[in-house]
Amino acid sequence: MEKSRRRFLKVAGITALGVGAKPTWDVLASDSSHDASQPKVKKGDKALSAEQWAMVIDTRKFTSEEDLHPIIEACHKTHNVPDFLDEEHEDYKPANKRHEIKWIWPEEYKHAFPSLENHHVNDRVKALPFLVMCNHCENPACVKACPTKATFKRDDGIVLMDFHRCIGCRFCMAACPYGSRSFNFRDPRPYIKDRNPEFPTRMKGVVEKCNFCAERLAVGKMPACVEASNGAIAFGDLNDHESEVSKWLSENFTIRRKPGLGTGPALYYIV
Amino acid sequence: MLEIAFKGSKKYYGWILALLGVIGAAGLCYIWQFVYGLGITGMSRDVSWGFYIAQFTFLVGVAAGGVMLVLPYYLHDYKAFGKITILGEFLAVSAICMCLMFIIADLGQPMRAFNVLLHPTPKSMLFWDMIVLNGYLILNIVIGWKVLEAERNSAPPPAWIKPLIYLSIPWAFGIHTVTAWLYCGLPGRGFWLTAILAPRFLASAFAAGPAFLLLLVFLIRKITKFDAGTKAIRTLSKIITYALIANVFFFVCEVFVAMYSGIPEHMDHLTYLFFGLHGHGVLVPWMWASMILMVISIILLVNPITRNNESILALTCVLLFIGTWIDKGMGMISGGFVPSPTHHVSEYVPTCPELIITLGIWCTGFLILTILYKIVVTVKEEGMA
Amino acid sequence: MPDQKQMYDKGKVVAGLVIFVVLITFPFWYNHLKAAPAPQLELTKKAQAAKNCVRSKDYMKAEHMQLLDVWRESVVRNGERVYVNEEGKEFNMSLTNTCLDCHSNKAEFCDRCHNYASVNPYCWDCHIDNPKEKK
Repeated sequence: MEKSRRRFLKVAGITALGVGAKPTWDVLASDSSHDASQPKVKKGDKALSAEQWAMVIDTRKFTSEEDLHPIIEACHKTHNVPDFLDEEHEDYKPANKRHEIKWIWPEEYKHAFPSLENHHVNDRVKALPFLVMCNHCENPACVKACPTKATFKRDDGIVLMDFHRCIGCRFCMAACPYGSRSFNFRDPRPYIKDRNPEFPTRMKGVVEKCNFCAERLAVGKMPACVEASNGAIAFGDLNDHESEVSKWLSENFTIRRKPGLGTGPALYYIV
Repeated sequence: MLEIAFKGSKKYYGWILALLGVIGAAGLCYIWQFVYGLGITGMSRDVSWGFYIAQFTFLVGVAAGGVMLVLPYYLHDYKAFGKITILGEFLAVSAICMCLMFIIADLGQPMRAFNVLLHPTPKSMLFWDMIVLNGYLILNIVIGWKVLEAERNSAPPPAWIKPLIYLSIPWAFGIHTVTAWLYCGLPGRGFWLTAILAPRFLASAFAAGPAFLLLLVFLIRKITKFDAGTKAIRTLSKIITYALIANVFFFVCEVFVAMYSGIPEHMDHLTYLFFGLHGHGVLVPWMWASMILMVISIILLVNPITRNNESILALTCVLLFIGTWIDKGMGMISGGFVPSPTHHVSEYVPTCPELIITLGIWCTGFLILTILYKIVVTVKEEGMA
Repeated sequence: MPDQKQMYDKGKVVAGLVIFVVLITFPFWYNHLKAAPAPQLELTKKAQAAKNCVRSKDYMKAEHMQLLDVWRESVVRNGERVYVNEEGKEFNMSLTNTCLDCHSNKAEFCDRCHNYASVNPYCWDCHIDNPKEKK
């Protein structure tokens, strides 16, 4: 009697476990199974791939800050980045400055390269701001800091954010030595002019930054900033000697931001 | 034992009611923050941690400070502390509760807090901080409760509690070390990137924690029959003296390295805090006040005449507590963010709702402390009767 | 000698129990002891014409949230954005651009059932629910 009851409970327990796990199993099973009738996931046919994506910005091809604006706008439009500094917005307040979000923005030489401090750079560099963004470091400090793996490094070198998982602790913002990360201090939607349905907006309380246009690479497109740069920005695989970035790098002297920290930025500047 | 907490005088209930009032107001502000987002605070893209995280850092120190009673009693059999170790343990409990509340208040998505357990990431220092803080909380609740219960029943505490007590001693050092490591392992933040940060945190903790405890001891003696004893008070004041001197010494080492080497990434933060940078310097008067308070405290503590005068000692503890609080609760976090990694100066000033939420969390801590200490004192008074 | 079976504070205990029972059954009172009717979902013309969803209707009814969870994990974390169903048909794994392309009537399709089940998914805080409308 005692024994059979125990056995019944055991069987019931295992059954309950099995029933509970089945839906998950059904979906996951699609991954490992070779059975053609099982659903599966894959990369798109046109998806671009690389061992290490990298970007080279030829700053010689820009003549003034005006040249940078279409690039910034292309990025921010593509990714639904809100403009809290829009003074024409009905709710605009000067305090909005604190909530600013930017993925790519202009920065003077002394701010972009504070560790390569030089009071006597030539007039062109003094007058010309540099485009800065996430460096997609080889050894990213933000990835180490994140307590939930909401920010992580892909095999192709892109440092990505999983907005679903981010708890908004902002440890990554403290860790990033380039100030590349922004936090959604409030709902960004009222400050997004034209929403791009191809990309989600964000919600309050999560961190965001440049994603090297992972969503565009997946469908065979180059990053939005590269496309809008009129050939001033090269993008490609650092480990492919035939790629445009490799060629630019072998032909020109380039610098990176704060190289002494050992983060290994994947963003190079021809000055 | 918990039933003791319900039997109190009108004053006791009045105090609890006052705390609940502030907590209620803070709760409303928190709902506002929860709905709108952290935009209601003074934090920004450049200064992305503010008052909440600073209070958290300071209070981890207060929690760790309790070990300065536990260690002499259990490792050196220093009997004068036997009566009051429980005060240190319960102070740690309330301080850690405040720490955890400050962390939650600082999260952009608090509903997702358990992602830290769902996706454990041992490479992140925050993961370890979660473990050491919760561990220390549980240790102190269990130890404090069991030892007090045994005292009430005039029986020795259970044998299994001893190993936990021994474990809690290094654990106390651990909580503040890991908290320092949150900051000092970040490559781009010159102000925190210093090996002495953890020792400095500990020194300031062992000054501020026991100083606060001493004030509580004085207060308890005044309003109840429980007296910690002159011997314990005098020893504790000496511990505070050495810890505070160590804290200031470590800070001087820090200033020397940053200023003498002249490396801008390390120097600029100190310049900002003490002299202002590019015309910005909201913290300058505060930082100097903090230094002056700590130096005055040292002078009053080193001199045996002033140290052994209990009214002066109480005043000294107040000065010291404020001094270390400004240092850690205001300067330590903002100072690390200004100037920013791109060397811009954007200052941080907390907003009203932010301050009310902060005050509310402090009051919640005091509420927990009041209830726990009420139980302790009643048990002690029962024992004397 | 007091009777062992006597109940102390009888009045208070009974009153407390009554309050407890009333509170715990509140949802039933609140709904007047009636179950709300199951909602009727409307399919758009496009969805009707397509006949089949990504998976079978029953599967989607019961498991669409698990499916979406797998989609998001796959797209965001693994960069794999194409879903191939049992029939070998391929789909772009996108809530906005695939699901809501057919089910463009969120109010009559998604919300109705979610409201009935009293669940409040916040997918649409980020994922745009009206891809065809501008803003």
